[in-house]
Amino acid sequence: MLILLGLFLVIPVLMALWVSFSDWSGRGSPLSGDVNFVGVKNYGAILSGGGLAEQNFGEALRNNAWYVVLVVPIQTAVSLFLAVLVNRAVLRGRGFFRTAFYFPSVTSSVAITVLWLFLFSSTGAVNKVLSWVGINGPNWFNDPSGIIQNFLRIFGVTSGPAALTKNSLLGVSWWDWIGGPSVAMTAFIIMGIFTTSGTFMLLFIAALQNLGGDVTEAAMMDGANGWQRFWRVTLPQLRPTLFTVLTLGLIGCWQVFDQIYTGTQGAPGNTTLTPAYLSYTAAFQNQQWGQGAAIAFILFVIIVAFTLFQRWVLKERKVSKRRMRPYVHAQALNSRQPGGRQQPSSERNQS
Amino acid sequence: MSATTSEPAEATRVAPAQGASGRMRRKRHLTSGRMAAQSVLYAVLVVLAVVYIFPFLIQVATAFKTNPEAAANPISLFPQTWTTAAFQKLFINSDFPVWFKNSAIVTIVVTLGRVFFDSLAGYALARLHFRGRSVIFAGLIAVMSVPAVVLLIPKFLVINQVGIYDSYTGMILPLLVDAAGVFIMKGFFESIPESVEEQARIDGAGTFRVFWSVVLPMATPALVTIIILSFQGSWNELAQFIISAQSPSLTTLTKGVASLTSGQLGQGTQYPLKLAAAALMTIPVAAMFFIFQRRIMNTSEGAVKE
Repeated sequence: MLILLGLFLVIPVLMALWVSFSDWSGRGSPLSGDVNFVGVKNYGAILSGGGLAEQNFGEALRNNAWYVVLVVPIQTAVSLFLAVLVNRAVLRGRGFFRTAFYFPSVTSSVAITVLWLFLFSSTGAVNKVLSWVGINGPNWFNDPSGIIQNFLRIFGVTSGPAALTKNSLLGVSWWDWIGGPSVAMTAFIIMGIFTTSGTFMLLFIAALQNLGGDVTEAAMMDGANGWQRFWRVTLPQLRPTLFTVLTLGLIGCWQVFDQIYTGTQGAPGNTTLTPAYLSYTAAFQNQQWGQGAAIAFILFVIIVAFTLFQRWVLKERKVSKRRMRPYVHAQALNSRQPGGRQQPSSERNQS
Repeated sequence: MSATTSEPAEATRVAPAQGASGRMRRKRHLTSGRMAAQSVLYAVLVVLAVVYIFPFLIQVATAFKTNPEAAANPISLFPQTWTTAAFQKLFINSDFPVWFKNSAIVTIVVTLGRVFFDSLAGYALARLHFRGRSVIFAGLIAVMSVPAVVLLIPKFLVINQVGIYDSYTGMILPLLVDAAGVFIMKGFFESIPESVEEQARIDGAGTFRVFWSVVLPMATPALVTIIILSFQGSWNELAQFIISAQSPSLTTLTKGVASLTSGQLGQGTQYPLKLAAAALMTIPVAAMFFIFQRRIMNTSEGAVKE
C-alpha cells in the first residue's frame, strides 16, 4: 500500500516536474538520454511567450477565475440557505427536500453535463421557460460573449476604453479580463452551483445541528428577531464550517475538467477553456508535454496559494493566540474559577 | 421516486418532534402572520425542489421521446409517442454494454480494494508503532492536498513507464488506495478503545487476527462510508480513465457517454439517445444513494440529539 502511494503519487510528481523542464515529446521514456533539459522554457512560453500558448493560458485563467468568483460565493450562500430552510424543527417532508437537494451531487459530472447540453440548447427547456416571461434566451453553449460586456451593451457601450483594450495581461486584453464569463461559461457556472450545493448543504446541516440551542434561545429572550438571530448568533457560530465550505469550494472550482471535456472542449472561442483542460490538451493531444506539465504545476501553485490564504484567514479569525489564551487559562483554572469559561464565548459573539 | 422511498420513514421519525412542537404551537397561538410565514417557507421549498428535481424528470422523459419531439417539446414530461428507440440503439448498435461492463468491473475492484487497503493502512497508522509512522502520516496529508487534476500527467507518466497503459491494471491500480479513505479509517480506529484489543491479545490472538476478527467488525460504519465514497467516486471517475487507456474495449461509461456528445452514432443532436445513456449510467449510483440514504444523510439523526 505504501508502495502504491509512493509509486502513484511521489514518483509521478517528481517525473512530471522533470518533464515540465524538458523537451520530451511523448515518444519513448521521458528519462531516456535524448530528452534534454530546457530550463524554464516551457514556463516562459506559457507566462510571457507572446504566442498562442500564452494567450490560451491567459484565456483559460480568465474563464476559470470568473468561474471561481461566481460559483464559490453563490454555492456557499445557496447551500447555507437550503440548510437553514430544511433544518427547521417543524417541517413536513424534511427528508424529501434534503434528498431532492442532495441528489444532483451523487450523479456523475458526465451525465449532468449531457443533461445540461440539452436543457441549455437553443430550443431547450431553459429557453422555453425564459420565453414564457418574454425573454429571448441566448444560444447558451454557442455564445462566446462575456456577460458583463453584454450588460454594458444595453447602455450602448460596445467597446471598451483604449486603456483597457490596448493593454493586455497574458495575451488577453484587460477589457476581456473584466468582460465577465461568456454566456457558455455561465451555463457551466449554474451547473456548478446546482451540483455542489447539496454536498455543502449537508455540511451546514451537520454544523447547525451541533449548535446548542441555548445561545439562540438566550438571544430570543433578549428580543432578537429571526433575522438578527441568524446574522448575529447563528452565522458567527458557523464560521468554521463556512471556511471549510469556502476552502473546498475554491479547491474544487479550480479543477474544472470533466464538464469541459464532455461538453464544449473549450469552445466557443476558447471561452470555456480552463487550465485543467488546457493542461490535458497541451500534453495528450498536442504532445506539448513540457507545457502541459508546466500548466499543471502553475495550477497547483494557484490552488495551494488559495488554500494557504484561506488557512491564514481562518487562523487569524478563529484560533488566534490572543483568543485561545482565555480558553487555555480557563481550562487550567477551571476548578477555581468556574466563571472563566464565560469570558471567551461572550468575546466571540461580539466579533 | 424519492418521495415514495423517503416519506414514510421520515414521517415516523419526526412524529414525536412534531407532537412536541404541536403543543408548543397551541400555547403560542398560531397567528395569521406565522401561518403566512409558514406557507411562504413551503412555497419556497417546493419551488426549489422542483428546480432541483425537474431536470432529472426531463432527462427520463426525453429518453422515451422521438428526436423531433425532443427538439420541439423539450419540457413536457409525457412523450406524445413513447418510443424505446434510444435504448434499443444504445444496447444493440453501440458499445454501451461494454462500457457498462467496464465501469462495473472497475468500480467493484476499486471498492473492494479500498475497503481492504484503506482499513489495513488506517489500522497500521492508528495502532501499530513502527518507525517513520509520523512521516508517512504527514505524507498522507500532503497527498490529500494535491488536486487530482494536477496529477493527470504524472499518473500517465508512471502508468506508461511501468508498461500498464491500456489495461485494466493501469485503470484500476492508481485508484486502489485513496488518502482520504485511509484518513477516515485511521480516525475511526483511534476512536475504538484499546482495551478491547488488549483482551483479544491476552486471549492469544495475533495482530492480524485482532484486526480481522475484533477491530474490523467494530468498524462497520466507517467501512460503509468507504464503500459509498469509493463506489460513487470510481463509477463517476472520468479523467483517470482518459489518461490510462485508449482502446474501445476498455472504455468506461463516463468516457463512452462523453464521446456520445461529440456526435458518435449518427447525425443530428440525438438528445433522446444521449439522455437515455446519461439516465442509465445514473441508475447504479442512484440505487446506492437510496440504499444508504440514512447513512449519507445521517445528519438528520441529530434531531434527537443528547
